[in-house]
Amino acid sequence: MLTLQCPYCGVHAEETELHAEGEAHLKRFGPGSSDDEFETYLFMRENPKGVHFERWRHASGCGKFFHAARSTTTLEVFGTYSAQTLEPPQDIKDKISAKYPGWSWRDFS
Amino acid sequence: MSNAVSALNAASFEGFAKVSETGLRGMVTLRGDLSGKGVKQAVKAATGADVPDARRVTRGTSGDVAWMSPDELLIICDYQAANDVVAALTGKLSGEHALAVNVSDARAVFRIEGNAAREVLAKVAPVDLSADAFQAGDFRRSRIAQVAAAFWLNDDGSFELVCFRSVAQYVFDVLKVSAENGGEVGFL
Ligand SMILES: [Zn+2]
Repeated sequence: MLTLQCPYCGVHAEETELHAEGEAHLKRFGPGSSDDEFETYLFMRENPKGVHFERWRHASGCGKFFHAARSTTTLEVFGTYSAQTLEPPQDIKDKISAKYPGWSWRDFS
Repeated sequence: MSNAVSALNAASFEGFAKVSETGLRGMVTLRGDLSGKGVKQAVKAATGADVPDARRVTRGTSGDVAWMSPDELLIICDYQAANDVVAALTGKLSGEHALAVNVSDARAVFRIEGNAAREVLAKVAPVDLSADAFQAGDFRRSRIAQVAAAFWLNDDGSFELVCFRSVAQYVFDVLKVSAENGGEVGFL
């Protein structure tokens, strides 16, 4: 059972109180973008074995979206953080580095 | 005026704990900046209560105030008083980015009482309801089996639970099954 702490209400919510909302930190390409950019934005997703960044929503709770950093293989959660940010906070990146030296995910490392 | 009735007209069930629908209750949703002075003053003026900390409920002279999210409160008051609460909040918050709405008729409220009231909820919500973890004045938005609900613990040991009116019968049925005699777990 996956448990994530919601950074907005502080609840250690178990999976059934949450809703997975896909990959984190996507950059939107809309009107004015090229077909390639739009296709990449819509369909191309990371599917890593290991460190991953996701968006979740505390659906049966405070209702807020938030971000989570975790490992897809061990289910270890490195941390959850605000949705109002474009990249993971340094302390979470440090935690990942301690466990997976040299990790990278899209533009983050 | 039409004669307002609550979803289940105060139905009740007695198992190892008592589950009852409380009848008509006033409920007002307030959205705004909870850390702002404006909301604090407006809530105080409308209910007599302070703005609660996260996942807590505060008591006022004319309403209780529950923390729903970082920008949302639920005010529970007399059914007849809900429109006055909305008017008071709206007046105090004019010019602020805030919204108060009377949601009384969109909701149903249940009370769960008895020594093992905790167990009735613990079986159907993914929440730690041990005595240490969930204390009087604590408030939690979660789910009851398949549907959204929120509940809090009163000083007298009873729980009150809010859900959408459209699922009142479902919630009542789930709570009844959970409270059935012979279903005691004896853990909490
Ligand atoms: Zn939350």
